[in-house]
Amino acid sequence: MTHYLLDDLRNIGSALDGGVPDGDPATAWDHRKASYRLVSPLNRRKFTVIVVGAGLAGAGCAAALGELGFNVECFIYHDSPRRAHSIAAQGGINSPRAKKVDNDSVLRFVKDTVEGGDFRSREADCFRLGQESIRVIDHMNAIGAPFAREYGGQLATRSFGGVQVSRTYYTRGQTGQQLELAATQALHRQIAKGTVRLHTRHEMLDLIVKDGVANGIVARDMVTGAIRPFTAHAVVLATGGYGNVYYKATLAKNSNATAAFRAHRRGAYFASPCFIQFHPTTLPINSPWQSKRMLMSESLRNDARVWVPMKKGDDRPPNDIADDERDYFLERRYPAFGNLVPRDVASRANALEIHDGRGVGTLHNGVYLDLRDAIARLGVPVINERYGNLLDMYHESTGEDPRQVPMRIGPGAHFSMGGLWTDFDSMSNVPGLFVGGEASWAYHGANRLGANSLLSACVDGWFTLPVTVPNYLESLLGTEPLSLDDPAVTATVNEVTAGVRHLLDIGGSKPANQFHSQLGDLLYGQCGVNRSADELADAIDRIQKLRKEFNDDLLVTGWGAELNQELEKAGRVSDFIDLAELMCIDALDRNESCGGHFRVEHQTPDGEAQRDDGNFCFVSVWQRPTQPGRYIRHHEPLGFTAVPLEQRDYKTK
Amino acid sequence: MKLTLKIWRQPSADIAGDFETHHVADAKPEMTILELLDRLNDSLVTQGREPVAFESVCREGICGTCGVTVNGRPHGPVPNTTTCQQHLRSFSDGATLRLEPFRSAAYPVVRDLIVDRSALDRIIEAGGYVSVDAGTAPDADTVQIPHQVAEAALDFAACIGCGACVAACPNGSGNLFTGAKLAHLSLLPHGQQERGRRARSMGAQAEAEFGPCSLFGECSKACPAGIPLTAIAAFNNEQRRARTAREPRG
Repeated sequence: MTHYLLDDLRNIGSALDGGVPDGDPATAWDHRKASYRLVSPLNRRKFTVIVVGAGLAGAGCAAALGELGFNVECFIYHDSPRRAHSIAAQGGINSPRAKKVDNDSVLRFVKDTVEGGDFRSREADCFRLGQESIRVIDHMNAIGAPFAREYGGQLATRSFGGVQVSRTYYTRGQTGQQLELAATQALHRQIAKGTVRLHTRHEMLDLIVKDGVANGIVARDMVTGAIRPFTAHAVVLATGGYGNVYYKATLAKNSNATAAFRAHRRGAYFASPCFIQFHPTTLPINSPWQSKRMLMSESLRNDARVWVPMKKGDDRPPNDIADDERDYFLERRYPAFGNLVPRDVASRANALEIHDGRGVGTLHNGVYLDLRDAIARLGVPVINERYGNLLDMYHESTGEDPRQVPMRIGPGAHFSMGGLWTDFDSMSNVPGLFVGGEASWAYHGANRLGANSLLSACVDGWFTLPVTVPNYLESLLGTEPLSLDDPAVTATVNEVTAGVRHLLDIGGSKPANQFHSQLGDLLYGQCGVNRSADELADAIDRIQKLRKEFNDDLLVTGWGAELNQELEKAGRVSDFIDLAELMCIDALDRNESCGGHFRVEHQTPDGEAQRDDGNFCFVSVWQRPTQPGRYIRHHEPLGFTAVPLEQRDYKTK
Repeated sequence: MKLTLKIWRQPSADIAGDFETHHVADAKPEMTILELLDRLNDSLVTQGREPVAFESVCREGICGTCGVTVNGRPHGPVPNTTTCQQHLRSFSDGATLRLEPFRSAAYPVVRDLIVDRSALDRIIEAGGYVSVDAGTAPDADTVQIPHQVAEAALDFAACIGCGACVAACPNGSGNLFTGAKLAHLSLLPHGQQERGRRARSMGAQAEAEFGPCSLFGECSKACPAGIPLTAIAAFNNEQRRARTAREPRG
């Protein structure tokens, strides 16, 4: 029955080429870079590039292009670039600088990243990530990130999940903040120089495509409501991930998929939309109006131990439960990696304990994350130095001090490994449209390793896009950006205006937030940590009904020509609904388990994700129909030479 | 909990504002002030009424976007805590909360509880950066930084840019914000060459945007990032140093 449904929903397309040079993936990036065309310093100011977003990828890309001498127009929907959600990343940034004798290397980093992603990422991408990470640390250190230092003055490191070496560089529990502030300072330097013009409180609502090529964007001034086009020689989207489709996620309240999804509506392919990471250590829901899942950094698993009471429904205070009545289930099930298994594995294990009735807290929806033993071993001052701000944050949120009682945590929607499809040059299938950071699908496969997201955003922003974008621009020397009077521009502006009008005119009875919350509950239930064909088929049906209800009964107060947060939300929720449908179609289509995509029909005898490499060793790349009709699922085949395909094993090695 | 909310409503910068009274009967102690506003807005919108405009992004106390003056205190009753982390357990049942935007001449109201804090970014633009282009930095391990120095730099770099310091200050001074950035960058080896120019330029910008500092200390009491008052000392020290240091003037 579900197969019939699936064939109703999508057609099979063709194989795509990611443009990775033939030969050893370890040298692919060097070969590709050597082949790039250049724009000479005197010609760079003749080009204009639009960068949307100023998180680590966007701020880095805009600043680096500005430093090189290009004109950059940077658009953000925040009041200041420093608000981008990169700021909230906590634990650290990976780099196999191999300064210690723990036998780390770029190859080992690639192995960890490819295996962590359960063999659904491009091997050559991962080599680039490892290779460029070295100077990411140098650069971020130089522009102001005060990385943690040992007493001898050298850079300090710690460990993250899915890894048996220590390669994570950090600044307490606020690494994202320090990297983002350093990057935005570099951006401000270019703004002061005049190479970058920053448009704050502007939300991208469409991509201008003429003859199949990206030529600019349409943005809405969120204070005046003015909808205006901006054209350029190339457009870079660095607009972050779409985890907020689940409503209560670890993301910032405003993080959304609109820029990326509207580019998708204009023809940009969307890759692996169902690859979502559920973070194992987020605060459980405590009240009906709780607005999000607050994140507790994975770095805590260096020192805190995860456990549940052995007895079901044991409601005694945690400190009254003796050691022999506790089940440290990650250490028991995964002796080799213990509490530092990758996130997908930890989330599934947590969900299983909660499902089996051993969940803790008043709603029995969490597990304990306990610092007791580490505090006994190291003392409170050392623990404070490592995680002080995180523990304060937990204390503020829950009223409980994690130095006294164990934290309660559970899985929550977090990072989207899927995103707009890009080739090895970080360019989408729409020429002139580049994508960086979490908005793209690159690097992480079906599960991202901790501390690789700050890295991928930095590598894209500072060291990939600044060389790949000029390679594209070179052939446009002597051309001007598309005229604002061009019919393609006018048509796009008119469509955006009509879309905004439509939302205001529905005149129903239900605010956008309520639709969003309903959508989130639906996805957590049917496209969450566990998925099945029946549940997914039903979810698609329910999402289609929700879309109809949205179009009939949405209520947006106010007008278009003013600051109108209800209107902003409504636009984003309309994209989330369509994206959710695509995620479920993708999850149904991918009839295997891999990484964070766990189809209950496909598991090993001991409950681990069972891949089907014979049928699914590819990236699913979705083309949206321009007219009502079926999605087309293309695929980019994946080959592995440096890290041979094998079943992941975090128990014994 | 039953709470009475007196909320500042102002349609835009050029139209005068006033307080509007609302009642919420189903508040819970574990809700935050922003979740209380979410709850209020949900019922306002359902009734077809204009919701209260307020800003928030991360809701984890790190992005610095949120900021409401609660009963006269920037961010709310709990010291050193962002509005998004202020819970209703701080209030008794039946209490009245007066919610208004951050108040400062440097922060024009955009709408309701939203203000324009771009003056803070103009301080950074004036020199709050290190002039190193991508790819040109030396190996971070060859430049050794003592543990204590890196930790001290981070203490100042932790500023979240919420601007509560300015709103808390009777003078509307921006010296805690500016001083934190000057202190952060002055402690690190990179960018020492532009230290004097940075201090002069950021100092002049702070003077143009904000009021002077009289060391009331209210800024530090409100600061959610716990930036110590020594940032003010750093501000003054960097200005003094910039006048006397032997380095190229720019």
